[in-house]
Amino acid sequence: MTQSVPALKETNTDFEVRSLDAMCVNKSDRDDKKWYKNIKYMIVGMLFGIVFVKAEIISWFRIQEMFRLQSFHMYGVIGSAVVVGMISVWLIKKFKIKTIHGETIEFHPKTFNKGQIYGGLIFGFGWAITGACPGPLYAQIGTGATVVVITLLSAIAGTWVYGYFRDKLPQ
Amino acid sequence: MTLIEWIKQPWPWYIAGPLIGLTVPTLLILGNKSFGISSSLRHVCAACVPAKIPFFSYDWKKEVWNLFFVVGIFFGGIIAAQWLADPEPIRVHQALVSELAGYGINDYTSLIPLQVFNWPALLTVKGLVMMVGGGFLVGFGTRYAGGCTSGHAIMGLSTLQWPSLVATCCFMAGGFIMANLILPFILSL
Repeated sequence: MTQSVPALKETNTDFEVRSLDAMCVNKSDRDDKKWYKNIKYMIVGMLFGIVFVKAEIISWFRIQEMFRLQSFHMYGVIGSAVVVGMISVWLIKKFKIKTIHGETIEFHPKTFNKGQIYGGLIFGFGWAITGACPGPLYAQIGTGATVVVITLLSAIAGTWVYGYFRDKLPQ
Repeated sequence: MTLIEWIKQPWPWYIAGPLIGLTVPTLLILGNKSFGISSSLRHVCAACVPAKIPFFSYDWKKEVWNLFFVVGIFFGGIIAAQWLADPEPIRVHQALVSELAGYGINDYTSLIPLQVFNWPALLTVKGLVMMVGGGFLVGFGTRYAGGCTSGHAIMGLSTLQWPSLVATCCFMAGGFIMANLILPFILSL
């Protein structure tokens, strides 16, 4: 752990910016050295994408059913994912499981702000229209729905506009 | 039934949900990464058009794992569509089928309604509102909320964060309002 201290100091301002509201605040310095070390995340993403498609989570129709209470499917998916995630996190904490590089796994508490309400509602609107949260957008493009590239670019634009007006919005 | 035929069927929630849940410990153990997807949109902004905005002025290269992850999701989509696709049309609840028929949507060959989401439709008001407007709300809303379904609903709830519970409830509330009260008007355009 001692060798990671200078690295932490060096990236501290960066960390603060990221921790404002990015989800990935805990990063490993070890992975940053060589680009190919990131291929393992691509493989995890790939398996994740296959599950997305095969369980029809990327389907606009399934999302419409969810918001009309016509199917249990999406509630089952999200609910069981949360249960498995919770048990995993509990086990990691209980047995102090380390990363494959031997680093301590860190969890960063999220702080409440009004953005979770306003932003949450806005995202909910977009989710019901497009039938996709950000993850499924990438998978939908992969399945051949090329026009979703436009939806993805628009989502990137939405993120940019949020960043531009961030200081003027209630937080 | 061969294994490949078995895999090609739509997967039930009790298979898919736990597999998605396992992404949380996998990313943590592989490199201390908190599961989250909408951050990738922010990293693209930081990489391509930071425009000296403080929110995008950070070293996105340190978050590049997240971009590899979403590129992986894209490849996963290709693999699933090319080699694991279910030849049957998607089975949808009868009430939804009747409702959508009223808007002229009756093509169930794809996971998304091709009659709404297609290139020529971008030139119509409905297509513009749904693809460009909807995408904008997804990008703006997720960043304002500080995460999406993965970051808040799955990662946040897994780590027992109450702000994530608030966010998840608001995602669902927004979705219910849109799908039941506003979307009917948009689909009628």
